[in-house]
Amino acid sequence: MARITLDSLRHSYAPNPKGAGDYALKEIDLDWQDGGAYALLGPSGCGKSTLLNIVSGLVTPSEGRILFDGEDVTNLPPDQRNIAQVFQFPVIYDTMTVYDNLAFPLRNRGVARDAVDARVREIATMLELDDTLGRRAAGLTPDAKQKISMGRGLVRDDVNVIMFDEPLTVIDPHLKWKLRSKLKELHHRVRATMIYVTHDQTEALTFADRVVVMDDGIVVQIGTPVELFERPAHTFVGHFIGSPGMNVIPCSIDNGQAIVAGMSVATENVATATSGRTEIGVRPEFVTLASEGVPARIIRVADTGRHRIMEAEIAGAKVHAVVGDGINIPEGTAHLAFAPDMTRIYDDGWLIGGTR
Amino acid sequence: MATKTHNERAWWFVLPVVLLVAFNAVVPLMTVVNYSVQESFSQGVWFWSGVEWFEETLNSSRFQAALGRQLLFTGIILAIEIPLGIAIALTMPKTGPWVPVCLVLMALPLLIPWNVVGAMWNIFALPDIGLLGYTVNALGIDYDYTQQPLSAWITVIAMDVWHWTSLVVLLAYAGLASIPDAYYQAAKIDGAGRWAVFRHIELPKMNRVLTIAILLRFMDSFMIYTEPFVLTGGGPGNSTTFLSIDLVKKALGEFDLGPAAAMSLIYFLITLLVSWLFYTLMTRQEEG
Repeated sequence: MARITLDSLRHSYAPNPKGAGDYALKEIDLDWQDGGAYALLGPSGCGKSTLLNIVSGLVTPSEGRILFDGEDVTNLPPDQRNIAQVFQFPVIYDTMTVYDNLAFPLRNRGVARDAVDARVREIATMLELDDTLGRRAAGLTPDAKQKISMGRGLVRDDVNVIMFDEPLTVIDPHLKWKLRSKLKELHHRVRATMIYVTHDQTEALTFADRVVVMDDGIVVQIGTPVELFERPAHTFVGHFIGSPGMNVIPCSIDNGQAIVAGMSVATENVATATSGRTEIGVRPEFVTLASEGVPARIIRVADTGRHRIMEAEIAGAKVHAVVGDGINIPEGTAHLAFAPDMTRIYDDGWLIGGTR
Repeated sequence: MATKTHNERAWWFVLPVVLLVAFNAVVPLMTVVNYSVQESFSQGVWFWSGVEWFEETLNSSRFQAALGRQLLFTGIILAIEIPLGIAIALTMPKTGPWVPVCLVLMALPLLIPWNVVGAMWNIFALPDIGLLGYTVNALGIDYDYTQQPLSAWITVIAMDVWHWTSLVVLLAYAGLASIPDAYYQAAKIDGAGRWAVFRHIELPKMNRVLTIAILLRFMDSFMIYTEPFVLTGGGPGNSTTFLSIDLVKKALGEFDLGPAAAMSLIYFLITLLVSWLFYTLMTRQEEG
């Protein structure tokens, strides 16, 4: 297992990149600790797959370095990096049995027969594939196939990192949850560094200890799921994570204080110096109906079963609020209050006072 | 909307095809069956002869020799064209400007009519004026396909390989093109060598198209007529007289309708049986 460092990584698929727009990855500096469970979360096209392929060695970055335990591996091919990768669509060797599939990476490396057998059986037990060892891999269900591709990574004890590229895409919804918890359990058992790429926030937040949120070729925030939820460093993170996402309401600044619709709003941070568009961000969970506060026009209420989501409008901006049971939602206009410790001012999308 | 109507009139739509197939396949085939069990004389005099022609054909050394040559020829060209086709497909570029160039070049031999191929090779390989024949002789190798059975065989095989390997190449290339990149990436990560990639990824993924390729090449080569007929006319002697050439000699040359009909039925059944065997074996292996 290894610590992985990405050092000023930039990548462009264009041969002669000119502007920042030509770069799929703009500037990435990252440190993945040994044995951590990480998720790379972001919308399609944000560069997360490029980043993954750079770590695995399938893509060589235009600029910057990748270090495994401090050793430069930027120009090493995939087979010399000792990594494992689980792809979006199950990649298995059709004509082989499950056993041979699992043994394949070891046999290619010339591991002794007995050692292969012991290791394959151990991993098969871990993945609950014991019963299918003698069967042809081609006839198995997609979730079993994904387990096999995972197993091909796990059998090797020299693996630096196991990477997952949206591995649950083709899995039935009711099995996704099962496979995800299996993954989590495996991580606890083998303590391998794992990087999980996904655009699904639930997958990222449930799998990872730390989530790397990416957008448009840059890392927007790295944090624990709780940090991402409670203290988004960028309005993108607030919006991308959570359902519904964080409310972002344009505001003006007066003496460091946020002013929304003419009312002063108490916030956790102080707007010291602003350079661009200013907004306040507050999650729907921390917006409440109050007797006084920011005036809002209520548009509609949706009942999700667990709670109700109220949609309102403040000075042209949409605001969602999660309203608990037993609270009467008035029609027409109302006043909304924002929890002061969960309301923050953002400058040009970035959290003021947050670390970038 | 969900009610399915049952309509007997649907049969009328099938009728044209039934009629067509009847006229171009069933009726001629039955005519051949009719011939095969009778002895014919002039002025439409017929005698019932039962399975006599079948017995005679199967026991005749002439038929056995032709069948032997046929099997040998088909075996040799399959053994050359299938591996060669796969090898060429593997070396063709997967992307880039050369892809269409390669594909067109590969397809060219397939576009040339059989008898033209035969005529081309006939002249090409002539020992006195043909480019190939003359060159080979100039190199000190005694080569004359019009006189030497071995030379004739080599020429017929070279001609078939030249004409039909492209088909295998194109099919194998299509099979290769359908393999997602992730397989190659996974193999790289798993440390698989070039041979392992071929053996465990490329070959299994080409399985289906190769089944088709082998079937097509088997049937086509087993029924080959025009090219060797134009090239060697079955000679020298009978050395390149394959089943279809022998059949035509018998049916039209000697006008021996009964034995010729029996022979064509046996020929047809062998082709059908071997094709069926190939297909069953290959698809079973795939499912197993």
